[in-house]
Amino acid sequence: MTTQLAVELAYWQQSILRSVGVIAAVLLPAGTIVYLFLFKMMSFMQSRLGPNEAGPYGSMQLLAEVGKFLQKEDLIPDGADRRVFTWAPIVVVASTFVTYVVVPFGPDAWFAQIPTGIYFALAVSSLSVIGVLMAGWSSANKYSLMGGLRAAGQLIAYELPLVLAALGVVIQAGTMDMQGIVAAQRTGEIFGFGGIGNPFILTQFVGFMIFLIAMQAELTQPPFDMPVAESELVAGYMTEYSGFRFLLFFIGEYATAGAFSAIAATLFLGGWALPGLDLDNNLMNVLGPVVLLVKILLIMFLVMWFRVTYPRFREDQLQIFAWKYLIPLSLVNITATAVLKVVF
Amino acid sequence: MVAQNIFFGIIAFVMVVAALRVVTTKNIVHAALYLVIVLAGVAAQFILTGAEFVGVTQILVYIGAVVVLFLFGIMLTRARIGREVEVDNEKRWLAGLVALVLFAVMSFALVDAFEDSRIESVSGGTPQLTSEVSDAIFKDYLIPFEAASFLLLAALIGAIVVARRE
Repeated sequence: MTTQLAVELAYWQQSILRSVGVIAAVLLPAGTIVYLFLFKMMSFMQSRLGPNEAGPYGSMQLLAEVGKFLQKEDLIPDGADRRVFTWAPIVVVASTFVTYVVVPFGPDAWFAQIPTGIYFALAVSSLSVIGVLMAGWSSANKYSLMGGLRAAGQLIAYELPLVLAALGVVIQAGTMDMQGIVAAQRTGEIFGFGGIGNPFILTQFVGFMIFLIAMQAELTQPPFDMPVAESELVAGYMTEYSGFRFLLFFIGEYATAGAFSAIAATLFLGGWALPGLDLDNNLMNVLGPVVLLVKILLIMFLVMWFRVTYPRFREDQLQIFAWKYLIPLSLVNITATAVLKVVF
Repeated sequence: MVAQNIFFGIIAFVMVVAALRVVTTKNIVHAALYLVIVLAGVAAQFILTGAEFVGVTQILVYIGAVVVLFLFGIMLTRARIGREVEVDNEKRWLAGLVALVLFAVMSFALVDAFEDSRIESVSGGTPQLTSEVSDAIFKDYLIPFEAASFLLLAALIGAIVVARRE
């Protein structure tokens, strides 16, 4: 059987397919992450069973949760700024959707080909801060405002190491295009051996660690969960949200986790490419998304593992860690990468 | 170029309306949020003209950092919900005059510099590559670039010195 999957489609047909694809790409990893890690893995790590009634092994629990949230009343506090309050979750979710747009899932399975791919992704992912600040301010609640401010301070601080860590990969790959970064890793060689390509986690290991830590902080997952610290701030900027709007924040949180994992998988683990199969092989359009999903889950496993392992940082420790350790370290990493790039 | 022209018009209209709301709204946080729309419009216009790198930088720097710092500062000091009285002041006519003069100077400069040359004849009709931007910065405009970054560094240190006065 020859692998002939290519079909000629008109531009508008492709555009519709890609738009539907983005929605699937945002929701499927998010749902998988929530069920697999948040519901099950975390429960097992805490000697609990986790959801086990809805469907086999509680796998239908997500649908039950969504149904529950949709039934709840959509409450808006009396003193709130209604318009800003209702727009805030939409801004957060929109930023996630736009981040996914540049992630390639195969040679032709992309949503948009943007030459400045990784730069674009990191730029639009920073828009969610505005949604968080909007939510914190418009709730007319002191805890919400404090949560919003903490979130903004944290996201600004950890955005820098995130971008700087990605820069090392960009220098080594010589391109900001996500497909180009995948190709650079697939065709790369380690001391003349090209069997597994050259995934940048090997040469950019420091960058990978920085990216992972900064990602954890950007996602406000514990140990970096000062903005939503439930023992101090109820739920931070999300305190006043209920029902569907809370669900949007929740989806936004785990869809962003998926988006950042997809970016990390593309930058450091080789993206959708498989060793042994050519980059322009049509089969990769089907296998690529599966390969990338496995890598996304691998990175999310690390994130959730750290999440349940470490206690929360204090606010000053959190800021000092970013500004005094991560940022200088990532600058050193960039310098070293640039020097080595010129030498070799 | 027809589709681009239509979208230019739509985005420009949204930007003008949002820009007017920035200065007329009675709530300072709303003003900052309208500013986000204006700046996003600028980024969209850059992308329409094929300057992709500049457009993304606009998003990263202005929306992702500058406006966030605005909002952060406003919320840290005072940010009431609803109408505020003290956001208005008596100097609005002077401000209008400054805006008018600025508009006149900038439109004259643009018309004088480009006359009736079209974008596709300037850029060759293709999106500008990031490597072209970096080549231009680090070859042709190296000294102005370094001078600007030195100036920014000096301003940054100066700000810290002023703020830290004991």
